[in-house]
Amino acid sequence: MYSTPLSELFIHTKAENRAALIGYLPAGFPTIADSSKVIAAMVEGGVDAIEIGFPYSDPVMDGPVIQNAAEQSLKNGTGASDVFDLMAATTKLGVPAVVMTYWNPIERYGVEAFAQSLKAAGGSGVITPDLTVEESTQWSQASQDSQINRIYVVAPSTSEARMPLVTSQCSGFIYAASLMGVTGTRNSVSGDARALVARIRSTSDLPVAVGLGVSNAAQAHEVADYADGVIVGSAFIREVQESVNIEEACERVRELARSLSQGVRR
Amino acid sequence: MNPEATIDKSAILGHFGSYGGRFVPEALIGALDQLEAAHLAAKSDPSFQAELAELHRTYTGRPSIITEVKRFAEHAGGARIFLKREDLNHTGSHKINNVLGQALLTKRMGKKRIIAETGAGQHGVASATAAALMGLECVVYMGEEDTKRQALNVARMKLLGAEVVPVTQGSRTLKDAINEAMRDWVTNVETTHYLLGTVAGPHPFPEMVRDFHRVIGVEAREQMLAEVGRLPDAVLACVGGGSNAIGIWHPFIDDAGVRLIGFEAGGSGVETGKHAATITGGSPGVLHGTRTYVLQDANGQTIESHSISAGLDYPGVGPEHAYLHDIGRAEYRAINDDQAMEAFSLLSRTEGIIPAIETAHALAGALIIGRELGPDAILLINHSGRGDKDVQTAAQYFGIPL
Repeated sequence: MYSTPLSELFIHTKAENRAALIGYLPAGFPTIADSSKVIAAMVEGGVDAIEIGFPYSDPVMDGPVIQNAAEQSLKNGTGASDVFDLMAATTKLGVPAVVMTYWNPIERYGVEAFAQSLKAAGGSGVITPDLTVEESTQWSQASQDSQINRIYVVAPSTSEARMPLVTSQCSGFIYAASLMGVTGTRNSVSGDARALVARIRSTSDLPVAVGLGVSNAAQAHEVADYADGVIVGSAFIREVQESVNIEEACERVRELARSLSQGVRR
Repeated sequence: MNPEATIDKSAILGHFGSYGGRFVPEALIGALDQLEAAHLAAKSDPSFQAELAELHRTYTGRPSIITEVKRFAEHAGGARIFLKREDLNHTGSHKINNVLGQALLTKRMGKKRIIAETGAGQHGVASATAAALMGLECVVYMGEEDTKRQALNVARMKLLGAEVVPVTQGSRTLKDAINEAMRDWVTNVETTHYLLGTVAGPHPFPEMVRDFHRVIGVEAREQMLAEVGRLPDAVLACVGGGSNAIGIWHPFIDDAGVRLIGFEAGGSGVETGKHAATITGGSPGVLHGTRTYVLQDANGQTIESHSISAGLDYPGVGPEHAYLHDIGRAEYRAINDDQAMEAFSLLSRTEGIIPAIETAHALAGALIIGRELGPDAILLINHSGRGDKDVQTAAQYFGIPL
């Protein structure tokens, strides 16, 4: 298996005996020009890897916070070229980055072309929350050809029989959805997450990152105890939404990142 | 090792050519597998089939009759036209066929709660009805825009004991109601069945919903042979998601001499971009868990659809329709709002039958096809629903003060 900046990151964080902090932001949010500033603030605050969302009109895996951010981004006119521009700007900062996208924008762009453009922008891989492994033949080939990681989401409801079918298709890391539900901040991290990570580990040696519902340092610390990565999305977006201007947004995002990056150290 | 080798492709059903399949969050796979198993078991279980048939006989009012509409047909080049009267079913449309089937499956799976999406409200009303009959909790998601267009149906659902949740995301119509229902399902999948109302969505929905609506075509084919003495030259239906069309067509697919013609919602005209004619004006893509024709832009974002008919106002279509189109077995044409409303008025005034505006698209299509085929032709139309729910929209359209 080829290595990517993302797979290198997990070797590095493992050596430091900590989890990686992964921050999510939709491209084009709050504006096409300002999303790179928010990402720079995340990185300054200590985020290890960036997940760039490709805003989509029908995001069935997302709760209200990300839905609203995606809707705002689409109103700004965000398209594929903006996603790849942001990817290039992000990877220039020296952090690994992936795109998280529903499947239709990839299919529309062209499956091979999408993998190639992502690679050209320095991207490490793609998280595909609605691409089932049964439908993944073309994507497996395209991601292989461009040497990028393909990251699938595993859910608490994924059966024992099915688990290895999904995890064997992943590279870079495996995305463990902490609970049955959509994205968004929660008061506590679901108890299902620890058990799910253990089940994943019995089928794969890949790093496992936990997403859905993590919003503060205490939760990040709890998850870092058993996972290799902690994914935070809605909490960053909320900081931006609650700010009056981009300067305040970046300051608040930087602060949250600092706090979370303390959390992921065991 | 080639990791692909670990997946048994032969076990993956639910494709129609390159269409269909499953494009859903992993969290739903278990529930879809459970549903597929329950459907397959029920399909070959005589006791399930007998229970459903008895419900249809004593509750739905099946078989629905066929009616020849001679005065209407005078405007269609003299062709003989027959309506399959799904409007006479309990709750006023074909939707009840699928709803009763899925509600029985819900009970078999041991689930106590159903959720549904609705556009015009017909599927929501049918779902609320089945939930009341079978003692299930029912939540219906409906675009806020549609709750205004179809206020009467919102009241009906509430009277039947369902909770109606107005959806304020996106375009606030049917597609957004489906998104919200899928989010609910991802969260509550252990206790909840998503009673999807059309032949779209991830496998097994397109096949299963079709199977529950096949009764329309099975009856109609027998009725045409018994009462008219031959099969029709064409079977016509409106197509939004496409459930009534696939239901009446499916038993005719092997009858090579029978044309299958679907009428999509042309809105203000396909050329204006304000329409819901997905096959006529869309392109292959993925929406709501299935690969099919989609109204989408260059970035793969779904484009909002437009139609005077809330029930056809959907930017996708069932994957089997995409397939039937591509292989040339079925034809699809667009009918604009104005053409549909003219046919709505014509059937009301010549036959004393007020059709649903959805159905009026197929009736408008019959006026065109009848003239194309001439006086010897026999047309069968799926008269999928009654127009009571559309009185307000129609009154507004025709300038009748309320």
